[in-house]
Amino acid sequence: MTDFAIPVPLKHDSGPASQDGPVLSFRDVSIAFAGPPVLEDVSFSVAPGETRILLGPAGVGKSVLLKLANGLLRPDEGSIHLFGEEISRMREQQLFHLRTRTGMVFQEGALFDSLTVRDNVAYQLIQERVDDDEINTRVREALRFVGLEETFSLYPGSLSGGMRRRVAIARALIHNPDLLLYDSPTGGLDPITSTTIIELIVKQRDVYRTPSLLVTHRLQDAFTMCTHHFDSNEGRMVPLPKGQTHATTTFLMLAEGRLIFDGSLQDIVASENPFVREFLE
Amino acid sequence: MALSVETTAKNLVLTIQDYSLFAYRGATNLFRPPIYWPDFLIQADIIGVGSASIVLLSGFFTGGVLALQSAATLSQFGATSVTGRFVAMSMIRELGPVLTGIMVSGRNASSMASELGSMVVTEQIDAMRALGVDPIRKLVTPRIFACVTMLFFLTIVANFFGILGGAAVTVFMNHQNGTQYFSMAYEYLHLADILQGLVKPLFSGFIIASIGCFYGLRTTGGTEGVGRSTIKAVVTSSVLIIFVDFLLTQIMLTLFG
Repeated sequence: MTDFAIPVPLKHDSGPASQDGPVLSFRDVSIAFAGPPVLEDVSFSVAPGETRILLGPAGVGKSVLLKLANGLLRPDEGSIHLFGEEISRMREQQLFHLRTRTGMVFQEGALFDSLTVRDNVAYQLIQERVDDDEINTRVREALRFVGLEETFSLYPGSLSGGMRRRVAIARALIHNPDLLLYDSPTGGLDPITSTTIIELIVKQRDVYRTPSLLVTHRLQDAFTMCTHHFDSNEGRMVPLPKGQTHATTTFLMLAEGRLIFDGSLQDIVASENPFVREFLE
Repeated sequence: MALSVETTAKNLVLTIQDYSLFAYRGATNLFRPPIYWPDFLIQADIIGVGSASIVLLSGFFTGGVLALQSAATLSQFGATSVTGRFVAMSMIRELGPVLTGIMVSGRNASSMASELGSMVVTEQIDAMRALGVDPIRKLVTPRIFACVTMLFFLTIVANFFGILGGAAVTVFMNHQNGTQYFSMAYEYLHLADILQGLVKPLFSGFIIASIGCFYGLRTTGGTEGVGRSTIKAVVTSSVLIIFVDFLLTQIMLTLFG
């Protein structure tokens, strides 16, 4: 059992990207790949300013769910609304525009290994033929945010695993997305690097209030995000007062293709579901 | 067994359907912006300049072999003087386009399949899509048009060096008259022959790039899958080049005689 007191939610404003409906919503979504369903009747939503942490053991379909969220995969059944638009039957050409409003951090970074860090981070801006000087300014700004300004001219091959993830985060943020999708951003990293990555995600959450969906199987990362906030004055992530949690950071849990939990940190800690209990312990 | 035949047939039909749609999108993207001209130039350099040496050498030695073989046979009829005509015709109508296609297929269909396949398995293609960029427009279209354009010029290079190789053998090994060789090569060459030889690389170029990219982007199963895609791309494109060459030859012979 994780040693964790049931805390009280900290009131938190929604982000500036407030809109009427949810930023992302899944309704009875199912998908299968030549075998039993990977996801079955999954329904949840991400509200403006909300951070949702998707937990579950490896191979349960978390990455698949994330790829469904911005139309990289299409569901067999159900509907997915992104920024209010139904994307599950949308043509690929129409999806490209919607995807520019989302930022996605892949499991291994998925950096373009033939391009420099500058060109990786600026990829979207280069395609939009943004002026070179502006690109350089914005890339340096994004790299400064993740603490990697010195890697500007390097190639991904010369970076460590943690640095690649941070560059991937910079690439996802440079376009000021309306929704962030993180696919196991700390998977396979050492604890110190994982904390650095989580600190960046918390910083993004608290400074820019961008709604996000984060996939992880690491419980400690999820709990750190819930119990810490970014202090702009100190310039680092600090714990919330004892007993408080971040109100707009909530949990989802997948097991055997089904969503078995949707709620707050207090709810998950108090859950009686045997799978949730086993996962927490 | 019956089920496996049925499944194989279905898979084949589905693959052909997917390839047709893929090739159509890859080709028609050139007529709708945005068009990635810098990528086209990079690919033209890789395919054209990069393949020039192997095409030049294979063309030269093929012409030389043709001259050796034909002179040996023609001498039995006292017709060695037509060696130039024989080499030029064979190179321009058939061997130049087909050999160039096969050489470029081995070099570039494989590199396209492995490059794009590696990008698939490392999620770079998904990352590109997630960044709002169409991988077909960005990666496939420039490769197709670079390959079609450059194969056209590479075939001309292969033809030229093939005829030159034949001349070298004729003059230095068979000790025949070089002027006679070139005059025979030139005199009996007609526009229809040149047309036939230069239409084929347009099709071969399209086959090489579209098949290479198609199998690359369909890669599954990690690095082993990249290897499988590369093999499929080279085998399929090489066989298709020869098959389409056969069809085009038949059509051209019907049209021009």
